[in-house]
Amino acid sequence: MITLTHYLVLSAILFSIGLVGVMKRKNLLMLFFSTEILLNAVNIGFAAVSHYYNDLSGQMFAFFIIAVAASEIAVGLGLLVLWYKKTGSVDLDSLQTMKG
Amino acid sequence: MFEVIAFYTFSILTIIMFGIVVLSKNALYAMSALAGGMIFIAGFFFLLGAEFLGVVQIVVYSGAVMALYAFGMMFFDTTRDVKENIHYKKVLYSLFIASAILIVIIMSAPIYSANIEAFYPAVIDGVGNIQMVGLILFTKYLIPFELAAVMLLVSMISGILLVSKRMEMNLTEEDHYEEKGEII
Amino acid sequence: MEKYLYIALFAPIVGSLIAALFAQSPKNLFTGIFTSALIFVSFISSMILLNYVDMDKIVHVEMMDWISAGNLSVPFGFVVDQVSVIMMVTVTLVSTIVHIYSIGYMEHDESFNRFFSYLSAFVFSMMILVMSDNFIGLFIGWEGVGLCSWLLIGFWYKKHSASWAANEAFIMNRIGDLGMLMGIFLIYWNIGSFQYDVVFANIVNLDPSEVTWIGIFLFIGAMGKSAQFPLHTWLADAMEGPTPVSALIHAATMVTAGVYLIVRAGEIYILIPEVGMFIASLGAFVAVFAASMALVNKDLKRIIAYSTLSQLGYMFVAAGLGAYWIALFHLMTHAFFKSLLFLGAGNVMHAMDGNLDIKRMGGLYKAMRPTAILMSIASVALAGIYPLAGFFSKDKILEVAFNNGSYLLWGALFVGAGLTAFYSFRLVMLVFFGEKIYEKDGIHPHEAHPFVIYALTPLALLAIVAGFFEHSFHEFTTQLLSDYEFTLDHSVGAMLIFATSAMALSGIAYAVYKYKRGGFSENIENWGVYKLLSNQYYIPKLYEVAIMKPFTALSRFAWLNIDNKIVDASVDLIAKTIYGGGEKARKMQSGNLSSMLRWMVVGIVVLLALAIFYRPTV
Repeated sequence: MITLTHYLVLSAILFSIGLVGVMKRKNLLMLFFSTEILLNAVNIGFAAVSHYYNDLSGQMFAFFIIAVAASEIAVGLGLLVLWYKKTGSVDLDSLQTMKG
Repeated sequence: MFEVIAFYTFSILTIIMFGIVVLSKNALYAMSALAGGMIFIAGFFFLLGAEFLGVVQIVVYSGAVMALYAFGMMFFDTTRDVKENIHYKKVLYSLFIASAILIVIIMSAPIYSANIEAFYPAVIDGVGNIQMVGLILFTKYLIPFELAAVMLLVSMISGILLVSKRMEMNLTEEDHYEEKGEII
Repeated sequence: MEKYLYIALFAPIVGSLIAALFAQSPKNLFTGIFTSALIFVSFISSMILLNYVDMDKIVHVEMMDWISAGNLSVPFGFVVDQVSVIMMVTVTLVSTIVHIYSIGYMEHDESFNRFFSYLSAFVFSMMILVMSDNFIGLFIGWEGVGLCSWLLIGFWYKKHSASWAANEAFIMNRIGDLGMLMGIFLIYWNIGSFQYDVVFANIVNLDPSEVTWIGIFLFIGAMGKSAQFPLHTWLADAMEGPTPVSALIHAATMVTAGVYLIVRAGEIYILIPEVGMFIASLGAFVAVFAASMALVNKDLKRIIAYSTLSQLGYMFVAAGLGAYWIALFHLMTHAFFKSLLFLGAGNVMHAMDGNLDIKRMGGLYKAMRPTAILMSIASVALAGIYPLAGFFSKDKILEVAFNNGSYLLWGALFVGAGLTAFYSFRLVMLVFFGEKIYEKDGIHPHEAHPFVIYALTPLALLAIVAGFFEHSFHEFTTQLLSDYEFTLDHSVGAMLIFATSAMALSGIAYAVYKYKRGGFSENIENWGVYKLLSNQYYIPKLYEVAIMKPFTALSRFAWLNIDNKIVDASVDLIAKTIYGGGEKARKMQSGNLSSMLRWMVVGIVVLLALAIFYRPTV
């Protein structure tokens, strides 16, 4: 029988994979992919809780997270394209302008 | 039984897909894997009885987001790998392991908020999930919904503006042509 | 009438604030005239109030609540009664003249505007001091005049001696103020109010020992402000300030605040005659002590300062023996002739290009006739010759001492009167008559501006005639103050007056006779007594050796060993740790997004760990 714990562990594993991506990748595009993974991992958790507690609020949250993710990508990708136009690189290490 | 088989199948597939996303050197592979993983996640949603969410997941991620990425990637020279030299591998992996363990502990810990009350029951006889979602979305969550709509509109406009060709020019101060190219 | 009260009180501060606006700008005649005019307005209002109070009415206002916490309630209250109105009129009159005088005196000073700002602020503080209806307001004014005195003594702050003297005055006053605060606290502790009327109504119910302590502590405050022994050294050094300041603050008004305090708190001192006796004895001692120092000093202003000290001693004798109205009367007449003397000395000082050594003057009568006349009038008044003001008030004090049966006090004051006459005329003779020694120094004296002389004439007039108001003054003030009963025979009184006058006259005659013939021979300076006196009884020396040196050594020790090695070191250690930590942590801020993300993950791990392992006990 699949319980809530199964789903939550899965969600945790996926979240960890996303974290690895965030930490490891130097390609800005990959960074975006990793953040997608993080968001989706959380979504699974929300949907599972919603199901097992028989409350629709979790689904609502997941829904709004999808909306946020979509707009994030729209803006982030736009910025990324601009950056690429300017520097010809999507390397994270090229973003050093904030160095103190 | 069906549920167990489906859960494990989807789990393994999703983990593999996301693993490819994180580990692959090729951006195109990574993107394809991500698209696949998103669809499998939609599978979980169907399993959990959240049909509406599943449909939205497929439509938004596999359709819109992936299309966006694909178009975005056309701008980049994807054949050229970004050099990913990592200096502190040990630190990185120990961090990863620590966070993974912690997250798993948290998630699998017995949920002692057992007295949660269901304010918006998912199942009422004769009413399907999509209908319920609609009901709640336009009552309790109306304002967040509107806000989300505005947010999407804003991001759409900004996305268009950012990528449009005239961006080399300063949109707010078009008279100052000498600044052209400096402010992007 | 409240209107006039507020005008009298606030006109000076308005002038001060407006003059302060110009403090940094070059000399501006406007500030001088404006502040003088406002002080004059204040004087007029005080006169109107005097007239009003004369009709047996008292103005008592509460401007607003000031402190109200728990049982403590201190309003900003002001009272104009027979005592405070006398002080107000005296203060504002002298202040007006000093302001006008200063326009001439300070005309070449670059900080002209600043000077007037300070001077008016002083008048405001003094008005608060005398008009307040409670001890806290009195204390505020007390501190305010102390502050202004500090500012004005150190007015030429670039001169080291001036700033040193300012600090000395301020620190000496701190000692007195501590005593005064203790007294006020004791009053509140025992009575639970600061209001004069409440305090005086309830003081009789207190344990006599408590009252004694209150009286002693308040008198310590008065000692500091009125420069009584042993806190007297600051007054002579305070002569470093501009001369108008010496005239206003260190002769006429601020130093008499101590006398005012004793007079105001008369109802307390009446209950404790032993303390009153002590005050009187100290006063008599200071009267002779200071006069003896004035005998040999060569510094024009210091002589007058010692004379002030001596006269303050007289006032304390009267106040200590319970003759409050006489103390107040001498305070008032003294304010007139002493400020006149000081202002005249200022003219002389200007004529002598800032030189103050009276041995280098002489024969100035020809060059500065009006000043010479004015200063002579003031000196005669100071010496106490009929019919000038000093005669009436000083004789009364001697009479009180005799009447009280304390013949020792009387004897001291009697000697003091002779000394006063002698040193006053030693000064006059050395400065205005005799050989013109200044010519050797190539100085060409010049008289002050005519308007300065005209400004001084009211003071001279008052120095002459103020004594004749004795009876009305007596009637006026004893409506509030307790009267003093003379039990002496008329004939004894007349004898006393005669004796004192003879003493003063002989002092004058001796001075005139001696200095007419070239003064004392030089070898008098080798006498032990002369040395003792000219070194001010070695008291400053004693303070330096006994207090300042050990204290400096202690401070050095504390600085080098305690502060540097313990306090600073521990503070520095904290700073260095944080600084070093920051230096190390700075590497986090590489500006690299990837490393920032890693740090973010570290943060997440830490927070998660906290969430799991830290469970607040609910």
